Amino acid sequence: MALKPKKTPMKEQPPEERINNFDEVPRGYSDEDAALEAERCLQCKHQPCVDGCPVSVPIPQFIQAVKDGDVIKANQIIKSKNNLPAVCGRVCPQEEQCEEVCVMGIKNEPVAIGRLERYVADYNMDRGTDKASKEEIEKYRIPELEGKKAAVIGAGPAGLTAAADLAKYGFKVTIFEALHATGGVLRYGIPEFRLPKAIVDEEVEGIKNLGVDIQLNVVVGKTITIDELFADGYEAVFIGTGAGLPKFMNIPGENLNGVYSANEFLTRVNLMKAYKYPEYKTPIKVQDKVAVVGGGNVAMDAARTARRLGAEKVYIVYRRAEEQMPGRDEEIEHAKEEGIIFKLLNNPVAIHGKNGRVDKMECIQMELGEKDSSGRRRPIPIEGSNWMLDLDTVIIAIGQSPNPMLTKNTKDLETESWGGIITDENLKTSRAGVYAGGDVVTGAATVIKAMGAGKKAAENIKEYVLNKNK
Amino acid sequence: MYEILEKEVLAPTIKKVKVKAPLIARKTEPGNFIILRVDEKGERIPLTVADHDDKTGEITIIFQEVGYSTKLLGSLEKGDYIQDIVGPLGHHIKMEGYKKVVLLGGGSGTALLYPKVKGFYEMGAEVITITGARTKNLVILEEELDNYSDRLFITTDDGSYGHHGFVTDVLKDLLDQEDNIDLVIAIGPVPMMRAVADMTEDYGIKTIVSLNSIMVDGTGMCGACRVTVGGETKFTCVDGPAFDGHKVDFEELMNRLSFYQDEEALAGEMEEEVNG
Repeated sequence: MALKPKKTPMKEQPPEERINNFDEVPRGYSDEDAALEAERCLQCKHQPCVDGCPVSVPIPQFIQAVKDGDVIKANQIIKSKNNLPAVCGRVCPQEEQCEEVCVMGIKNEPVAIGRLERYVADYNMDRGTDKASKEEIEKYRIPELEGKKAAVIGAGPAGLTAAADLAKYGFKVTIFEALHATGGVLRYGIPEFRLPKAIVDEEVEGIKNLGVDIQLNVVVGKTITIDELFADGYEAVFIGTGAGLPKFMNIPGENLNGVYSANEFLTRVNLMKAYKYPEYKTPIKVQDKVAVVGGGNVAMDAARTARRLGAEKVYIVYRRAEEQMPGRDEEIEHAKEEGIIFKLLNNPVAIHGKNGRVDKMECIQMELGEKDSSGRRRPIPIEGSNWMLDLDTVIIAIGQSPNPMLTKNTKDLETESWGGIITDENLKTSRAGVYAGGDVVTGAATVIKAMGAGKKAAENIKEYVLNKNK
Repeated sequence: MYEILEKEVLAPTIKKVKVKAPLIARKTEPGNFIILRVDEKGERIPLTVADHDDKTGEITIIFQEVGYSTKLLGSLEKGDYIQDIVGPLGHHIKMEGYKKVVLLGGGSGTALLYPKVKGFYEMGAEVITITGARTKNLVILEEELDNYSDRLFITTDDGSYGHHGFVTDVLKDLLDQEDNIDLVIAIGPVPMMRAVADMTEDYGIKTIVSLNSIMVDGTGMCGACRVTVGGETKFTCVDGPAFDGHKVDFEELMNRLSFYQDEEALAGEMEEEVNG
């Protein structure tokens, strides 16, 4: 049988229907779709896809198990490296990771590794076969670490991954989370229509199943300090607190009513379920005309969310061109299908109000100049090109930086000028026994990179504690 | 889940609850607040910790029923549970180095003022407290405030108790008659805090106000609570809630507080329906 040049398509909810609900857009593969797609994998010996994956999932092996019809085994193979496959299969930018280096992708479309991973994870969740068995866990145990305490700060992708791996080694792990729910950005940032929260709950259950204790409503740095954790007998600490501090533009009118940070807007909708107001009690206010400022995935999420909340016109205002947009191609495509209007090469200079509310946003047109330090052509304002956009809501999605709450309240923890925690190549910080990883070290990046960092930190924490107790 | 150990009705719409929250009790200092969520479908609301006891692990919250969530909280009884409480949040107020302090509390703001009154008194400062309420049966914490104040003044808008008028009337007299007031603290409705700040500015007396912005997470990740102080944007939850009253843009604060009026009214109506 000749190999199919294109990925097996995945069914999606049609745009005209999905803008009226928060249900997931891609429907996932059927058993038949998955079998067809698994056939496309060439089972290369040198496995470049595995190197492309930040947590080194044994990709050809799990796809082989799918080919063999053993989806439970496929899940065990994935879970040997990836603690959150249902999440990763959905939100990873596979096009720049595993799928980018897929041999099949040189002449054709790459194997749909993400879709297959999602299929395997969902299949096992649906059947309750996704939890690791005692024997599987036993494989990782290191007797010397049995019962030693490790603390993880933050229940986002980095923290959940570090906690799962530490628990597998035998540590008694406690995660401390500031919010009232787990998941970090998976919970408050990424919307339901991209990542159903039931999936996050299920993945977290899998991690609790490994023996991890999760303490919600604890702000480390306020409720408890890192020094107190060590005093309580924790042998090591992993900091995975992310980059949750929103950036504003510092332009006139930014504090008018109707101007949200994307973090506030998405937290209200996702974490607090404001889209179900008044059944849920947190309100959100979106009227007819919304502008989202920025070009990343957060901007796409905010724009698509605003559309679902009933906004007639939703604009993306981005200062560079489409080629420079950091958002995933798939998300940009989805946004376009849903009628989001792109105002590219434009930058806001002021927000104008009426009776204390947003009324118009003044934008200036931009042109692209020389490349800047990020390697992208620098946007330059075109003198005198200012114009007005009629609006009632503005959502600022121009990036986030690490929240200084923890670092400010922890002695001897070195940070970069932009707030990131400084670590060495082993993710060790300036304080003995304290490791950090994910967005708090790199600045806002991807879910899978955070997971990769959590995994690496767990391994180094293991070595550190083993050596310390020699 | 956080158990309610005691409940007391201080005034018809002002309730006091004691809750078991050992980690929070251990760290709280005057001026800190918590964020709580009454139940699974609830919103997160900020409330000041009125009192705390690190030995028993208890915190006291005093709140006025003003909308859906505070009414729901007010309906809970001893033995009931609050879904989530996180804290202590915000900066506590620095109390060192002041000799004579005037503290003003308006309405339920008096409950938020109380830990500061107690704090300054225990630091050895001369404490003059002024508490104002609309009418007599809304006057709260009189005995507690009296215990920790060198002088206590009570005002009611309708003259049914204490001085007939506003807290600012008493403040004006003090500013004219007393020497060496080195700090004024005002906590209450925004118009009251603004009036106090306007008044003390003429006398050049340092004035701290505690702002009641809209909050969601309370940990600095969203900016819902942003205010302009001295021309700069600050987050009330992490940079405050206490700020220099002479630098706060009160106009903007009032505007932002009114944003969800319609939604709050709707939530209120729905609750009326529920309770008949």
